[in-house]
Amino acid sequence: MTRKGNKSMGAMGGLAALAGAAGLLLSGLLIANQAAAKSKYEVDGRKSGYHYSNPETNEMQDDDFLNPGMLWVQRGIALWSKVDGAAGKSCASCHGDDARKTMRGVFTVYPKLNKKTGKLENIEQRINRCRVENMKAKPWKWESGELLSMTTFIGFLSRGLPMNVKVDGEVKPFFEKGKAEYFKRRGQLDMACKHCHIDNPGKRIRADLLSEGRAGQAFPLYRLKWQKIGSLHRRFRGCNKQVRAKPYKPGAEEYVNLELYVKWRSRGLPVEVPAVRR
Amino acid sequence: MKSIAKLALGGVIAAGLVAGPTLAGDNMKTAKLASYKVVDDIAIPEPLAGKKGDPARGEKLFVARKKGNCLACHKVEQLKQHLFHGEIGPELSDVASNMTPAEMRLRLVDPKIVNPETIMPSFHKVKGLHRVMKKFKGKPVLSAQEIEDIIAFVQTLKMPKQAKK
Repeated sequence: MTRKGNKSMGAMGGLAALAGAAGLLLSGLLIANQAAAKSKYEVDGRKSGYHYSNPETNEMQDDDFLNPGMLWVQRGIALWSKVDGAAGKSCASCHGDDARKTMRGVFTVYPKLNKKTGKLENIEQRINRCRVENMKAKPWKWESGELLSMTTFIGFLSRGLPMNVKVDGEVKPFFEKGKAEYFKRRGQLDMACKHCHIDNPGKRIRADLLSEGRAGQAFPLYRLKWQKIGSLHRRFRGCNKQVRAKPYKPGAEEYVNLELYVKWRSRGLPVEVPAVRR
Repeated sequence: MKSIAKLALGGVIAAGLVAGPTLAGDNMKTAKLASYKVVDDIAIPEPLAGKKGDPARGEKLFVARKKGNCLACHKVEQLKQHLFHGEIGPELSDVASNMTPAEMRLRLVDPKIVNPETIMPSFHKVKGLHRVMKKFKGKPVLSAQEIEDIIAFVQTLKMPKQAKK
């Protein structure tokens, strides 16, 4: 090799080393930032899925400018003051222009009992009841852009607050049913939620790291696999199909009961909506 | 649970609806289920439907994600050309030194007879399942032949003595 060649190789090597050092420094900062976030996302030994995610995925979640879920929050903000339905109202007509004041904390206590129907009701269903009863508007379809956006926005408004669903008193029977769903084997593969998320968290199932299934504070979330925001019930359906079980319809009683149990498993964990997962 | 297994002891478990007349309204492919006999709650000594297993086919079925998908949960040193082995079940690299084909057969067909709490699917069972998707209804995960093929492959999984920990 010529001297010139050697020199340029040396320069290249130096650049590469510099880039490498910068990369190390960046990933070091990333890890330090996430260490702080991780302690926030663990309460009494209960760990959010954040702990079982890749650092790159967590980085997307942590930065509102990188987090693709924020697009749905933006759309939710726009929908908040959009008049719809025969009553000529928007959400803001009743709940005020500044949803940050009036809606903070709401997400943490759902699903709740609807005293009129005697059934459990989750956020999506509560939003649609508002639309039908108060706005005289059509309910939004499950997993539609509108319903996902509004649900994500309501979740976002409680970001950082601890999950706090009620599971005793009148709600107890629903909670017990939801818990039974979590422990019920299903599908051709004959597995229950608990086999992965209680018995085996922290272990790999093929390339995937199993989490504790503490998802209540994170959904709706942006899932890289979906390339969009999705609801908790969509995730339930995916899990069911993976064990070759017939899924329930989104919004089905079985799923709302299960949602209560899953949100209880997330008790105390701060709301992450919109979280980002693989 | 022991008592349930005991019921099976010495008797023939008709796993699902065995060949022959099926229940009214259930004309599905359940005839594919082989009957078998569990001995001492731990083994099925006779090959399912008298089939002879082929280890080469068994290896393919062992790896295939829509068939055995065994690597989802088990590590196998001999298959390290396939990336990402699971950590849920025990490593199987030396399983043939520790388990007979008869014991493997029961663990594949219905492992809940050995351990009622196991996450492991019952690969040759159609009864007693909850909300099975329509397209899998009445069908076992693996046929009798496929079970025997996988057993034939798993029988080859032995580590050289010096490599054992």
